Amino acid sequence: MEILNNLALGFSIALSPYTLMLAVVGCFIGTIIGALPGLGPSNGVAILIPITFTLGLDATSALVLMTSVYYGAMYGGRISSILLNIPGDEPALMTTLDGYPMARQGKAGNALVLSGVASFVGAFLATIGLLLLAPLLAKVAYKFGPAEYFALYLLAFCTLGGMSSNNQAKAALASCIGLGIAMIGLDNNSGLPRFTFNNLHLMDGIDFLVAIVGLFAIAEVFFFIEGKGKSSSIGVKLDKVTVPWREIFSTKWTMLRASLVGFIAGILPGAGASLGSFLAYMSEKSIAGKDGGFGTGVPKGVAAPEAGNNAAAGGALVPMLTLGVPGSGTTAVLLALLMTLNITPGPTLFTDRPEVVWGLIASLLIANVVLLLMNVPMVKIFVRVLQVPAWVLLPGVTMISFVGIYSLSGSYFDLLLMVAFGVLGYILRKLDIPTVPVILGILLGRHMEDALRRAMVLSDGDFLYLFSSPIAIGLWIAAIAGFVAPMFLRGLLQKPQRVTD
Amino acid sequence: MLSDRLFGLVAVLVALAYMASATQVQTSFLSDPVGPKAFPMLVGAVAALCGLYMIVRPDDDPDWPPGRTLLALLVCIIVLISYAYALKPLGFLIPTAITAAILSYQISPRALQAILTGIALSVGLFILFKYALGLGLFPFPKTWFAAAS
Repeated sequence: MEILNNLALGFSIALSPYTLMLAVVGCFIGTIIGALPGLGPSNGVAILIPITFTLGLDATSALVLMTSVYYGAMYGGRISSILLNIPGDEPALMTTLDGYPMARQGKAGNALVLSGVASFVGAFLATIGLLLLAPLLAKVAYKFGPAEYFALYLLAFCTLGGMSSNNQAKAALASCIGLGIAMIGLDNNSGLPRFTFNNLHLMDGIDFLVAIVGLFAIAEVFFFIEGKGKSSSIGVKLDKVTVPWREIFSTKWTMLRASLVGFIAGILPGAGASLGSFLAYMSEKSIAGKDGGFGTGVPKGVAAPEAGNNAAAGGALVPMLTLGVPGSGTTAVLLALLMTLNITPGPTLFTDRPEVVWGLIASLLIANVVLLLMNVPMVKIFVRVLQVPAWVLLPGVTMISFVGIYSLSGSYFDLLLMVAFGVLGYILRKLDIPTVPVILGILLGRHMEDALRRAMVLSDGDFLYLFSSPIAIGLWIAAIAGFVAPMFLRGLLQKPQRVTD
Repeated sequence: MLSDRLFGLVAVLVALAYMASATQVQTSFLSDPVGPKAFPMLVGAVAALCGLYMIVRPDDDPDWPPGRTLLALLVCIIVLISYAYALKPLGFLIPTAITAAILSYQISPRALQAILTGIALSVGLFILFKYALGLGLFPFPKTWFAAAS
């Protein structure tokens, strides 16, 4: 009953014409961003945050707009996967495996509609899961003291680093780069400057938005310049779009199973949507067996990763809202959005600002329906977006990034930092060092240090206090396992190669 | 091999410099048991270890782009840096058009197309930002019109 009351509160906010309009606009922009090759949810949401901030929207509206963009980008990612064999973002990679072969058989329209429905099922179930699970987890999170939070942050870095990289040392180094950057500026406790080198611009620390836009968007521009014409593969033509009821109906169990798998993968801190779509695809592949024909363009191979990916996107919101620990690159960006809006995620969010949480959840449900309605009949419009040439798109992205960051502070120094982060991002990605832990480090560094220092104040400097509660010990064990286990599972978790022509 | 080793070496040196700089952080007389130095020292130490590991056990080299592409990247970085400096004093329209045109040329080397893209993006984005989103941008250097009025 409590949940229904809360939902009623949420819908009373989300159904106001203005919020509804924001959700529709967000879904539309998001789908376009997701469809554009090379512009996924992370960098798409990243370059929009500064602009949203300067628009002066209130917290709920901004959150509704950006999460609609986030969900929309998750939907849109499949369009370029299926038609061009280019994943618009990393989670959409698995969709190319069966989506592109299906499109080449002349069933592009079917693949697009089916994946749209699968996305809807995954995202819808995950949102239901979110609204059931998040309040429960928020109650557990009340028991968290500084020692538990320190272990939790460590867990996020360990699992994210362990999962997202092929080399543990490189992942750990990336986390350290982020944490080290977070230390720059005035010390929270003593108010004395650290690592500022007497540079006034560094006194306030480095704005995480500058780092995110640099590492994601600007680095992407450098990659495009390096790739030049390489990424422009010939797409498949889309003729007629009809609703393939039979295929939708025949994949219903696949969608349900994939949603569950994706949702669980999304909840794990640090795992995120890529793992969700990967696990969903692989588990369906093994259920179908050798005769399932996975990889040759079967409907189940399209439905599974899309449902899994979108369910994981919803699942990733659970730890992000209740604990303030993001589960993926995009949720890290959403956490940055919350911090920009002065909302502190965590258990207190559910009691102090229920209108934000429940308004958000209600608008996610609405955004989902809007996306389904938008994506099936309007898919031809989004397909046209794919024809925007890189030589217009990439300069445009760069200019939007510059204006966004410039409008935050009006200082050329932030712009220089952003370019520097872009170069850093390019080098890191070249060397196969993941950039998401860097972002996470910058976002969480201060909180992690504060948790450690508060724990030590409570225990008067006794380090064993960090392991003093069962929750903390459990988190430490999970952290170590999350970091070490992928070393041994690497053979199993080997990603299948993309279909090549 | 070499790339990882080099990067590892740089990481170790930066981490050591970072730790050295952490020892210089002032401590106030009223401090907590951990103080402002310990956490940065810890981060630096872990980073140095990771750097060492990269030197000892490097991965295979990535495919670095050929010299001409590297040059193009360098040009882009220089252009972006100049753009960062130019945006405030020179207004939005002119630096944006030039930067967008150069970036566009780097991706697809056709001069006329690049120039048109630059101008169209600059004007289009200005209208979008200024009138649709209401951001405070100046189209031209302030002094141009201040002198006339």
